[in-house]
Amino acid sequence: MNRQGRPTAPAAASGEAASGTWTGNRALDLQESLLFEQGGWERTGVDLPEAELADDRLGGLARTAPIGLPGLSEPEAVRHYTRLSCKNYAIDMGLFPLGSCTMKHNPRLNEKVAAMPGFADIHPLQPVSTVQGALEVMDQLSRWLSVLTGMPGVALSPKAGAHGELCGLMVIRAALEARGDARKRVLVPESAHGTNPATAALCAYDVDPIPATPDGRVDVAAMREKLGPDVAAIMLTNPNTCGLFERDIVEIAEAVHAAGAFFYCDGANFNAIVGRVRPGDLGVDAMHINLHKTFSTPHGGGGPGAGPVVFSEALAPFIPPANVVRHGGGFALREDVPHAQVGRMTAFHGQMGMFVRALTYMLSHGGDGLRQVAEDAVLNANYVRESLKDVMTPSYPGPCMHEVLFDDRFLKDTGVSTLDFAKALIDEGFHPMTMYFPLVVHGAMLVEPTETESRASLDEFIGAMRALAVAAKNGETERFAAAPRFAPIGRLDETRAARQPVLTWQPPEPKQAAE
Amino acid sequence: MRYLPLSDDDRRAMLGVIGAGSVDALFRDVPPSARLDAPLDLPRHQGELAVERHMAALAAKNVVAGSVPFFVGAGAYRHHVPASVQHLIQRGEFLTAYTPYQPEISQGTLQYLFEFQTQVARLTGMDVANASMYDGSTACAEAVLMAQRITKRRKVILSGNLHPHYADVVETVTRFTREDERISRLKPAPEGGEDLAGRIDADTSCVVVQNPDFFGRISDLSALAEKVHEAGALLVVVVTEAVSLGAIRSPGEMGADIVLGEGQSIGSALNFGGPYLGLFATRQKYVRQMPGRLCGETIDAEGRRGFVLTLSTREQHIRREKATSNICTNSGLCALAFTIHMSLLGEAGLRRLARLNHANAVRLAGALEKVPGVQVLNDSFFNELTIRVSKPAAEVIEALAARRVLGGVPVSRFHQGCDDLIVLAATETNTDDDIDALAGALREVLA
Repeated sequence: MNRQGRPTAPAAASGEAASGTWTGNRALDLQESLLFEQGGWERTGVDLPEAELADDRLGGLARTAPIGLPGLSEPEAVRHYTRLSCKNYAIDMGLFPLGSCTMKHNPRLNEKVAAMPGFADIHPLQPVSTVQGALEVMDQLSRWLSVLTGMPGVALSPKAGAHGELCGLMVIRAALEARGDARKRVLVPESAHGTNPATAALCAYDVDPIPATPDGRVDVAAMREKLGPDVAAIMLTNPNTCGLFERDIVEIAEAVHAAGAFFYCDGANFNAIVGRVRPGDLGVDAMHINLHKTFSTPHGGGGPGAGPVVFSEALAPFIPPANVVRHGGGFALREDVPHAQVGRMTAFHGQMGMFVRALTYMLSHGGDGLRQVAEDAVLNANYVRESLKDVMTPSYPGPCMHEVLFDDRFLKDTGVSTLDFAKALIDEGFHPMTMYFPLVVHGAMLVEPTETESRASLDEFIGAMRALAVAAKNGETERFAAAPRFAPIGRLDETRAARQPVLTWQPPEPKQAAE
Repeated sequence: MRYLPLSDDDRRAMLGVIGAGSVDALFRDVPPSARLDAPLDLPRHQGELAVERHMAALAAKNVVAGSVPFFVGAGAYRHHVPASVQHLIQRGEFLTAYTPYQPEISQGTLQYLFEFQTQVARLTGMDVANASMYDGSTACAEAVLMAQRITKRRKVILSGNLHPHYADVVETVTRFTREDERISRLKPAPEGGEDLAGRIDADTSCVVVQNPDFFGRISDLSALAEKVHEAGALLVVVVTEAVSLGAIRSPGEMGADIVLGEGQSIGSALNFGGPYLGLFATRQKYVRQMPGRLCGETIDAEGRRGFVLTLSTREQHIRREKATSNICTNSGLCALAFTIHMSLLGEAGLRRLARLNHANAVRLAGALEKVPGVQVLNDSFFNELTIRVSKPAAEVIEALAARRVLGGVPVSRFHQGCDDLIVLAATETNTDDDIDALAGALREVLA
């Protein structure tokens, strides 16, 4: 345990030189050491009574060795984590144009409702007679998802988008197995999210990439050539990761179905079309929906998300449990499934806390509001595209959908890379766009403003992007190479982190720490 | 609409800038046959008050755990979470941040993940932990896949006393991921005595065992670990009640190679089963086979310490079909809740909390043993135990619920042929009155 007081972090040691202050702090930009450098073994932020216990019944397996978990009093803990929070960028602070991630405003009513004891303080294994309201939430959410997508089957339990993809491919495979049709390949466009090929491989399928056309869409002719009796499915994102609607989608779906395969749609970009297009009408057989994207549940710094999956008539009989069914004027939970169906994908019944938030959001917007969401998201992205197209290089002709893809041609011969450009945007007070994805263009910059940005906010962002583009062209490379200059920390050495991984805190002097 | 800042004037002006006559022009790539013109059969938008009323009415149809004597466990536990935890995780800088892809403006998230990884590694007695998985059950499936990758073997032995949902998830995933999968799932052994070591053969990749097990029993896994290692396989230990690690020897001390668990107990509410928090820890030598995100320490251009997501060459966004897992989103905010709650507890608080849980369970066992028609099966337990009752357990639980006592989970909800068993948990939230109420109600129901 560190007993030297706080300033042991490297940041403090070199602080004066770097920051020009004695403490290493810069006004509101405060240095904060690790919990392990400031906590104490005896210190605690909870007041618990000492248990009255004569003889334990731990079977002689009581833990006696020190664990190594320092504690903080409540004021220390509140300060520590508040200080850490101030080192984060977040949607609450500003525009977060991370393409394919749909960083929209997270309404606080959702949080208030999710915290109601009637939702937060109920156990997944209480008798179903005591959780009828929870099952009704699941039933209502399923109905909204089904109506919005035009697809009858809903599997609520997947925990996140990638888990939903897994659910979708498992259901497809179960349906194929049920008709005695073992198939080996899954077609995945080159522009797909990394989770798509990873999921297909996890389901023991061979991944076969489909090239893109020069206009950023699936090469239908190439796809037709790859279709065959051993193709189980195609995994397509629509709108795709170039921010474009796949114009030939109905033709693609028909070809896929004619080959006896299924059409999996990655629903990450559903925000572009919600209320305006039903994937069921496009011939989609299965699609996951990221509740943490389209339906505004918070991203939480990397989760938790929720990834319910909707299914066509053909696949609906194979979905995994737990399923809510109407039963004698109330609701029942079907937890046991025949083997032909996909089995349980998670303990309990899914991300209830996210279901509650998403349903609250849906009720707030209504069917009419959700349609407006899609329209404003697409309008905002096109406004950004139009306002930047003379100084940056959009990869494809417009209009785009909810996100716009630029590549690095406009940076040619400037000595500035996409990474530099993104880091310079940090200095201007914005979270960068998605960088180097999709892989189909060079130095990709994928911008998704979402519908919850005002015109003024977009104009501010556009102004910053234009200024940076002009600066790069004018040879002001220093601004970029040194970026970010004003973030809580400078550019970090990621190679070093991977080469010599330090994944847990280690005491500086092991002997001392063991006391 | 309160979440949409654009006015009709804005929209008109912006369409003018774009040079589009209407918003429909922006959707021109949508095939005409798929364009929705009529409104969908859904309600129209509503104000906060109306929506809150609607949701509150649904919430009111549930029996709140805190409003009744409550003993339901079986993989999710009702603990007291300090008020500051909820306050801190609701800070927008944490709540509305994304995965920390841009480390220079995500040090808050990255530093707590580093703290989280360290806490989990120490708690489980392992070298390294990842930045969380979706929950314990999906972490269990990932652990099995990881063991198969490391050993290049197929067979998996699942203890019959592993949480049945966890075993189900492993079966689901392995059914689809490996065509030659061989899962050996033992029958439940509520009174102990299952022979896991006897099942190990030269193709065994791992043995998966839960401690305390689904029925609440605590076992010394050291001997099993030795046998597993002799056969060149891995011992995977599951912990569904993280608070137990404050009282019981850690899986690492007993020889585990991979430890995974459900972290909900520390920091998260019951939430009807999700979102929860998957804990995942292992030995240093297996770190590159680990699934999920990892946060690592590094330095910036000026030599200052900072944190980044690292070893991402294991991950889907880099490796695509060759990734160790398809996981992308994890359970970041629940990991934050865990880290804060654990920081507030500290070692002293955690031990005290664990001891309070155990003391209440001892009291519960004592009270139940006196009820005619009830037999306590456990010789050892932490905060959860199994009873045999003289009537069908599912009916007993319903009858208790009718008396407004939530008295545990009938094992028949998971296993056929276990019709007379109930699993119950006691935590620090239970009072003596709760225990008396349960014992009294059971006495009536079993009479």
